Amino acid sequence: MPEPVIDLRDVSVRYVVPHERIPTLKEFAIRWVRRRIFWKEFEALSHVTLRIEPGETVGIIGRNGAGKTTLLKVIARVLRPVEGKVVTRGRIAPLLELGAGFDPELSGRENVMLNGALLGQTRRAMARRLKDIVAFAELEEFIDAPLRTYSTGMVARLGFAIATDIEPEILLVDEVLSVGDVAFQRKCMERMGGFRDRGATFVLVSHSPDIVVQLCARAIWIEHGRVRADGPAAEVVAEFAGVPVPHASERTSGLREA
Amino acid sequence: MLRSVREVWQYRTLLAALVSRDLKVRYKRSVLGVLWTMLNPLLMMIVFSIVFSNIFRFTLERFVIYFLSAYVLWNFVAQTTSWSTACLLGYAPLIRKVYVPKPTFILATVLSGLVNLVLSLVPLALIMLVVGHPFHLSLLFLPLPILLATAFAFGVSLLLAGVCIEFNDVVQIYQAALLAWMYLTPVIYPIDVVPERFRWLILANPMTYLVEVFREPIYNGVLPGGGVLLKAAVAGGLSLVVGWWVFERRSDRIAYLV
Repeated sequence: MPEPVIDLRDVSVRYVVPHERIPTLKEFAIRWVRRRIFWKEFEALSHVTLRIEPGETVGIIGRNGAGKTTLLKVIARVLRPVEGKVVTRGRIAPLLELGAGFDPELSGRENVMLNGALLGQTRRAMARRLKDIVAFAELEEFIDAPLRTYSTGMVARLGFAIATDIEPEILLVDEVLSVGDVAFQRKCMERMGGFRDRGATFVLVSHSPDIVVQLCARAIWIEHGRVRADGPAAEVVAEFAGVPVPHASERTSGLREA
Repeated sequence: MLRSVREVWQYRTLLAALVSRDLKVRYKRSVLGVLWTMLNPLLMMIVFSIVFSNIFRFTLERFVIYFLSAYVLWNFVAQTTSWSTACLLGYAPLIRKVYVPKPTFILATVLSGLVNLVLSLVPLALIMLVVGHPFHLSLLFLPLPILLATAFAFGVSLLLAGVCIEFNDVVQIYQAALLAWMYLTPVIYPIDVVPERFRWLILANPMTYLVEVFREPIYNGVLPGGGVLLKAAVAGGLSLVVGWWVFERRSDRIAYLV
């Protein structure tokens, strides 16, 4: 049996409720003198254990604030859990937010270099890839202009092109990308489909059950920071939607139309 | 601790990118920009020198050089440590979205301050020429004191950054403390004007030794004594180890706090 590419064991994440935080040393000192040092914590993930095998396509569903994005951030190592262990194997392309770390004052070209460095890439490797990235983002004419002159769509296109230019082994996607126009969105979906077909593991967070069924074989339903259900996408999504599982062939055709 | 050092090394491309971005923004990528940035320390040096040479009538030959050779080093430590109090907050959008070993951000801040220090040696040399201060071969020794001061500044920066992310009023407290710290360091006065019963205060201050090993080769044209050099090395090394250790223990919390 192959080793799982994502292995979460008994993972818990707790935030201090923001308005409960003691923001200054002054306040801390005052409260300490009055012996009033305590705060409320919010458990965003509670004892989550899950394994994702290589090549799986997994959709994470759940209501707002259930902990979906936190789960993705834990996998991407942005958040370190307060309890439990996270092991990932392979190169991760985190599409959590496209163009995180872009600097508006630098040119598109310099931002490509900076962003590649953020993903742990060397300068030489990025220089080699620059042409492909720019071509995919369709930004040949603007690549030397400062990023602040770009439209939102152009920034997102560049961000997507950089994040997906390395052949990732694990692809983390938060909400389906609304990158640029419809034609470009199709291009993005095609590229992600390509990774999946070549055996990359795919983890997608979405509010939309339809998309999860379309793109994923397995779904995990997160509720109040716990795994409520985990199984074949169609079944979990149906359970989530609160309807009984319809006949398999009926389902697929119904969704295709939608 | 070794693991985290190795990790920062892996992200050296990012480190270089962050430093070069800092410099590009500061110097506006032009020679004039660099000159312009030197103008500021030059003017400040002139003002300080005129003021202090006339107020403090110490029996020191070419007091300007005595003062400035310490001041550029002091300024480097003061500048980098106070930049790093706000450094993590400045990178907050990044920290929330991408995993990067956190000491990288602090190191980038310190290194960009280091470039500033090296550049400020140019106006210092100019003033040495103007007042006819001799250039000694001992100037070749300067890289070592600069290295020690960088280690010291990096350690203090790590320590401060970890605390300031939790309690943001420490930023202001540190600004006030810096002022006191400067007057406790023999930057604008020779140590023997300090009354005997207060001298332990100066001698307990690590900056005293760091400033001394930097000033000796410039002002007196000799290598610093072994005892002073040893104390400066201990200050640099200890600060780095303690700062890194404390920061490392807090770094998991940082993504929750920014």
